[in-house]
Amino acid sequence: MPGQFEPLPDGGAAVALDEVEISIIRSLAVQLLELIGPGPAEDAPDDPLAELFAEGPSEPPEDPVLKRLFPDAYSDPEGTPTSEKAEEQRAYSSEFRRFTENDLRAGKRDNALAVVRSLDTLSAAGEGGAVLKLSADDSRQWLGCLNDLRLAIGSRLDVVDEEDTDLLYRLPDEDPRKPMVMAYLWLGGLQESLVATLMP
Amino acid sequence: MGRVTAAAPMEIEKTESAEEVFAVPEPDVPWVTIVHNDPVNLMSYVTYVFQAYFGYSKDKATKLMLDVHHKGRAVVSSGTREEMERDVQAMHGYGLWATLQQDRK
Repeated sequence: MPGQFEPLPDGGAAVALDEVEISIIRSLAVQLLELIGPGPAEDAPDDPLAELFAEGPSEPPEDPVLKRLFPDAYSDPEGTPTSEKAEEQRAYSSEFRRFTENDLRAGKRDNALAVVRSLDTLSAAGEGGAVLKLSADDSRQWLGCLNDLRLAIGSRLDVVDEEDTDLLYRLPDEDPRKPMVMAYLWLGGLQESLVATLMP
Repeated sequence: MGRVTAAAPMEIEKTESAEEVFAVPEPDVPWVTIVHNDPVNLMSYVTYVFQAYFGYSKDKATKLMLDVHHKGRAVVSSGTREEMERDVQAMHGYGLWATLQQDRK
């Protein structure tokens, strides 16, 4: 079936992708990498400890996609905290961010890089595209990256509740968001089939 | 269901009642990790994460996923604050929207 991962006997997964599909996933993964940005060791490549001891940011990101990827750890979305409690939650969230966000960014960067690398090893088999074969480890990185890509697109498309998703299915063809919506729904199908191959 | 952060207080009024409300948390009250509903994350993926990370059975993972989906949130683990910070960080790594708080009962 086109656009669906199939399980491989070794625990991995395979999917047939055409050239357009390969270039869409690659381009989205590269955009995600640019958004996440380089790690703290970028400025000091010779210092192996730079990455280890660099503190992350204490403020939440401005960009809505990054905000969704790196949410506040101490905030009750349904709560109405007193101002003291809110202040405390903000302080705890900042501290959490300082000690976790660099690692979280690195993990998401690794996943996106793994996706780009595996696509770059594909040699297009003529008109029909190519078959991408992933090991179980690759599959887990792909799964994480596909999810991040969908979170990013969903955030750009303002998908905040289930009704928004229903609306996306009914967008008229001339809507400027249509191509992004098509990509979002297609990635959802890809991810769904990839999860199925990994289910314990 | 989207992200809602508490509004930033423009000023903090110190009143007598506020001091009473702001009690020091009891150290023996456990902390919990809460996963919030999100229309983007696939139900199958959320179930997979609960199984893969927490080692929960398919039944338990599915039940928690359905709680998140229908009730908007579910407590997925409990323990010390450090343990819950680890779980929340892992959930963020998977792209799930998670927070931690002290279990108020």
